[in-house]
Amino acid sequence: MEDHGSPLLRRLLDHHAGAVRATHARLGDATALVDKDRLVEVMRFLRDDPELRFEMLTDLTCVDYLGETPRFEMVYHLYSVAKNHRLRIKARVPEEACEIDTLCPVWASANWMEREVWDLYGVRFTGHPDLRRLLLYEEFQGHPLRKDYPKERRQPLVGPNN
Amino acid sequence: MANEPRIENDLEADLHTEHQILNMGPSHPATHGTAKFVIELDGETIIDLDLQVGYLHRGFEKECESGSWYQCIPYTDRLNYNSAILCNVGFCMAVEKLLSIETPERCQWLRVLASELSRLGDHLTRCGAACLELQAMTPFLYGIEARELCWDLQEILCGARVTSNYIRIGGVKHDMPPSFPRAAREIIGKIRVLLADFDAVVTQNRIFVDRLKGTGVISREDCIRYAVTGPVLRSAGVPLDLRKDEPYLTYAELDFDVPVGEVGDNYDRYLVCVEEMHQSLRIIEQCLAKLENQAPGPVNVDDRRVRWPAKGRVFNQMEELIQQFKSVTEGPQVPAGEGYFAIESANGELGFYLVSDGSAVPYKVRCRPPSLLNIAPLPLMVRGAMLADLIPTFDFLNMIGGECDR
Repeated sequence: MEDHGSPLLRRLLDHHAGAVRATHARLGDATALVDKDRLVEVMRFLRDDPELRFEMLTDLTCVDYLGETPRFEMVYHLYSVAKNHRLRIKARVPEEACEIDTLCPVWASANWMEREVWDLYGVRFTGHPDLRRLLLYEEFQGHPLRKDYPKERRQPLVGPNN
Repeated sequence: MANEPRIENDLEADLHTEHQILNMGPSHPATHGTAKFVIELDGETIIDLDLQVGYLHRGFEKECESGSWYQCIPYTDRLNYNSAILCNVGFCMAVEKLLSIETPERCQWLRVLASELSRLGDHLTRCGAACLELQAMTPFLYGIEARELCWDLQEILCGARVTSNYIRIGGVKHDMPPSFPRAAREIIGKIRVLLADFDAVVTQNRIFVDRLKGTGVISREDCIRYAVTGPVLRSAGVPLDLRKDEPYLTYAELDFDVPVGEVGDNYDRYLVCVEEMHQSLRIIEQCLAKLENQAPGPVNVDDRRVRWPAKGRVFNQMEELIQQFKSVTEGPQVPAGEGYFAIESANGELGFYLVSDGSAVPYKVRCRPPSLLNIAPLPLMVRGAMLADLIPTFDFLNMIGGECDR
């Protein structure tokens, strides 16, 4: 696998080449697509490796590529405060088994962002300590950021009188 | 008889006590920001807290996925009512990254100027409103008066006080009007006076200091674990500021300092914010000097994909006319790909992760909201504290509902 001139990707490939499915560094963003089953292992390495030291999970989101298999793509943006560098890690999640391991034990910031992804995309996180909806309410039906969720769909009214 | 239990303890043992659940919010007069707190209390001590957000969720990302790239910009205004321009800048620069566009120098100076004006307004609200919620009306009014002055300047610059919509993909709406530098210098002077008044009333005020010092402490390690950024992280002693660490626009050429705190309590957060306001004023002055000494140049990139051709050319040349027609009816088409771009907003790292499928409609617009990540460790910060300490702690995290809930 190619490192596209990025020392971060090189380091990752040297240690976890088996887990990486694809890489690119377009627009200057070093990116690696990793195997979903080895995500936590790779992330722990990225956090603890003295050369990489990604202490911060800055952002976590999901993209729905409706029509592709696997359908969903988890996107993680890592940042190292000590080294001032960034890396993007991605993992594909299939629609049938819409589940991926949680990163809560690795970074505390994953907690709320994973709840948001569950809320809006319906991807479940195995081992998440508190997987409730974050932005929407419990009675909300469906996951609105999925591409097959129509923007104009009405939701049933909830509350004590309904 | 040291081991013999005291009589009072015996009496207390018979008393029936239990933890109380208190619902606070979502619209509570002592908080700015719409969030619901479900607090487990033992007397007045907070045992645990469940923070529920989402009351201002309005489908920002879903809406962005159904219009053109340009139609997202007004939505970014609404992310943060205090610093709309910073949100505009973040989004537009992320789109420019996908398009590989470099904006003209004058545009960059204007963006920095407008960003710092925004940041100033945001910090004024944070500090002013926090005082109000601690029952101090006067400093709040000083803060709001200064913010009004900021917004007056924004109005001169872009025609709107709050929802500025000033930044464009590949440029800004227009250059600053000729009257701007003089008005700005006058207003900066007035804001400095108000900041001095604010400082005189608040900074050494015994009540204020007692409420803030040692409350809402968060350690450097916890900040990083929770991906807390901005003044909250800096107050814990981490000098992380994307304006310095990943300089964008013309920040590398500017002379300003990044204040940091020591203990990471509310008082440090207050001091960091106050100092950042002075630094923003310094930056604004440098931008003004730069813009005045510069010959007026283009403020928009000369790229037909994103900016309309000049009217004179549109009326006289077929190509340009077609281009304008396409720009108006379809909007810019962004090359397929993904990109993440982050700026230092008033609350911390405001990032946009964009995915384009090559069409004129964004495929994915993710906003990385600093407010959401900054308030997530709130339970950690107030566990074991008094209920009253929750108010200043939440205030100085400065949750902005629009940006947190999107």
